[in-house]
Amino acid sequence: MAVTVSPSSGAAARPITRAIRESLFAGVISFGLFFLLIGLKTDQNIRNELVLVQRWGLLAAVVLITMAGRFLYVAFGQPALERRKAAQANAPASTAEPGFIRRNFNAIGIAALFLFPILVVSTAGLQGSLKWVDNFGIQILIYVMLAWGLNIVVGLAGLLDLGYVAFYAVGAYAYALLGSHFGLSFWILLPCAGLMAAFWGVILGFPVLRLRGDYLAIVTLAFGEIIRLVLINWREVTNGSAGISGIPKVSFFGLMSFNISDDNYIGKVLEIAPSGAYYKIFLYYLILLLCLLTAFVTIRLRRMPVGRAWEALREDEIACRSLGINTTTTKLTAFATGAMFGGFAGSFFAARQGFVSPESFVFIESAIILAIVVLGGMGSLGGIAVAAAVMIGGTEILRELDFLKAIFGRDFTPELYRMLLFGIAMVVVMLWKPRGFVGSREPTAFLKERRAVSGSFTKEGHG
Amino acid sequence: MAGENLLDIRGVETFYGNIRALNGVDVSVKEGEIVALIGANGAGKSTLMMTIFGAPRARSGTITFAGTDITRMPTHEIARMRIAQSPEGRRIFPRMTVMENLQMGASLDNLKYYNEDVEKVFTLFPRLKERIGQRGGTLSGGEQQMLSIGRALMARPKLLLLDEPSLGLAPLIVRQIFDAIRELNRTEGLTVFLVEQNAFGALKLAARGYVMVNGNVTMSGSGKELLANPEVRAAYLEGGHH
Repeated sequence: MAVTVSPSSGAAARPITRAIRESLFAGVISFGLFFLLIGLKTDQNIRNELVLVQRWGLLAAVVLITMAGRFLYVAFGQPALERRKAAQANAPASTAEPGFIRRNFNAIGIAALFLFPILVVSTAGLQGSLKWVDNFGIQILIYVMLAWGLNIVVGLAGLLDLGYVAFYAVGAYAYALLGSHFGLSFWILLPCAGLMAAFWGVILGFPVLRLRGDYLAIVTLAFGEIIRLVLINWREVTNGSAGISGIPKVSFFGLMSFNISDDNYIGKVLEIAPSGAYYKIFLYYLILLLCLLTAFVTIRLRRMPVGRAWEALREDEIACRSLGINTTTTKLTAFATGAMFGGFAGSFFAARQGFVSPESFVFIESAIILAIVVLGGMGSLGGIAVAAAVMIGGTEILRELDFLKAIFGRDFTPELYRMLLFGIAMVVVMLWKPRGFVGSREPTAFLKERRAVSGSFTKEGHG
Repeated sequence: MAGENLLDIRGVETFYGNIRALNGVDVSVKEGEIVALIGANGAGKSTLMMTIFGAPRARSGTITFAGTDITRMPTHEIARMRIAQSPEGRRIFPRMTVMENLQMGASLDNLKYYNEDVEKVFTLFPRLKERIGQRGGTLSGGEQQMLSIGRALMARPKLLLLDEPSLGLAPLIVRQIFDAIRELNRTEGLTVFLVEQNAFGALKLAARGYVMVNGNVTMSGSGKELLANPEVRAAYLEGGHH
C-alpha cells in the first residue's frame, strides 16, 4: 500500500496506534480498489441474460486480510526489522560459533529423512501414510534429485540448460520401453537409463560447445522440445501422446515382489497384511538412496580435477584454456554427468508411476527444476534440497488447504494458484537473498592438502 | 641465432574478421631472458599475446616453441607445453578462493608439486598468504595481479607471458610485481615475455625489447638501447613516468 506516515508524526506515535491508523487507510484503499473488481461480478443467468452478482462477503474478506496484513506489518514487522538492523549495526562482524543444529544440519536432515516414513506410519497408520510418503516424500525427493543433477550442469559448470527435462524423459522412456518389452528388471535398467541419458547429454553437448549464456539456453530449450515432440510423434515406438502403461514395478532386489498376485509378494513372504503402502515406502527409501548417491558423487567430484575444472569453467572459460584445461571434455563430462542423474530419476519416475507419457516432460518441468537450483543457491546441495521441499511441498500443501474455500467460495481451487505462488515466492527469495538460500560455496582447497595422486601414500610427512 | 630461441614468432599475421591486427610480426625470446614488448593502445600487443595461445589463431606465419610448431595447436595443448600466462584483465576465478585459484594453476601436474609451489608463490607474494581463504573477486587490483601471476607460476612454466601486469596499479605495487619478476628470472632462470604500456618500467626490467606500432614491430634492441632511443623516448617515455 502506498500509505506511509511522515517521519515527524510517525516517530512520535506508538507503533500500535500508528498501525491501527495505517490499517484503516489500507482498508479504505483496498475497499476502493476491490469494490468493483471483487464486490461485483458479471455473470449469465439461466436465460442467458447478463446479471450482476454481488459478492460482499468475499470483498469483506479481502479487505479484512489487507487490513490485518498492514496492521501486523506496521505493529510488529517494521519494529522487528528495525531492531534487527540496529542489532546488526551494533554487533559488527561477530562470527558467532554456529549452533548445534546449524553445524550438524546435513546429518540431522538425512536422519530425519530416513525416519520420516516410520514417523508417518506410526501417526497416520499404513493407509493414511500413502499420501504423505508418496505425494510429499517421493515427489519432493524426485525433484531434489533432478535439481542436484541439473546443479552439476548449471551450478558447477555454469552452463545454462533449459531442456534438462529431456534427459528425465530419456531415462523414463528407456525404462518404460525396455522394461515392458523385454521384462528386464529395474536394477539392470537403472544404470542403462543413466548411460543412455548420459549419451544424449553428450549428443546435446557437441553442438553447443561454442555457445554460452543466452544462446546456450535457447539451444537447450529447443533440444528439450525436440525430445518431447519425438516422443509424441514416433508412435510406433513410444505410442505417441497416449503414452506407455503397464510398466513393471521395482522388485525388492529380486527377492520380494510388490505385485499382490505374485508368489513372492512381500505380504506373503513376511506374513503381513497386504497394502499398497509397502511399495510406496520402499520407493521412498529407493529415491532417498538415489538422492544420496547423487549428493555423494557431486561432493566427491568437486574435489577431483574434473569438478574443479567445472567450477573454473563457470568462472572463466578463457582462463581455463590457458591453464591447460580441455574445455571440450570438461563441458561434455558436465553435460553427461548431469544427464545421467536425470536419467536415473527418469527411470525411477517411470517405475513409480507405472505410466509415462510426453505430458510429464513439458518445458515447465525444466523451468521448475532450474528455479529450484537458482532459489536454493547455485552449487549448494543443502540449499537446493530446501528449495525443492519448499517449492514442491508448498504446491502439494495447497491441495490440503480446504479452509480457503470457506473464505473464497466453494469453487475456489488453491492448486490453480500454484504458479502464481511459485512466481511470488521466486520474486521474494530473489529480493531477499539474490544468491539463493545458500549463497556461499564451500572452498575445496586448503593450505596443506593431501596430494591428489596415489603418490600421496608412498611418501610420509604430508597432510 | 635459430635453434636457441625458446619462442620464435615468424611473420605472424592475425585478423579479427577482415581487420588485420598483426602485420607479419617477428619476435624471438631466448631461454632465460626477459623480453618486453611495448606500444600504445591498440598496437596489437595483447593480440600477439593471445595469438601465441592460439586464440585468435594466426592466419599466416609460424610460432615455434622449444622446437615444436605450436601455430595450429589447440589452446590447452599449448598450455601443456608449459607456456603460462597472466592474461589481459588478469582473469582470475572470482568466486573461487585464492587457494583454489592457485590449485587450478597446478592442474597440469595433477597437483603433484602443489604444496611446494604454493609455498614458493607465497614467499614471492606474501600478500596472497594473508588472503588465502578470500574469494578472488574480493581482492584488490594488485592482489589480483599477484594471484594471476602466482596461478601461472603454479603450472611450472618454461615461458611466462605477462600481459600488462602494471595496468591500473599503484606505483608501489608495480614495483613489487616487477621486483618479483626480476627475482624469478634471476634465481630460477625463468623466461619471461611481457607486454607493457609502462615502457619505462618494462624496458628497465627487460634484457631486450620490441616496439610495436599498428600491428608491426618497428624497433628492437636491448632494453638500455631502447630507453636511450630518442624516438622511443618521444613516443612512450616523455611526460610523466615515475
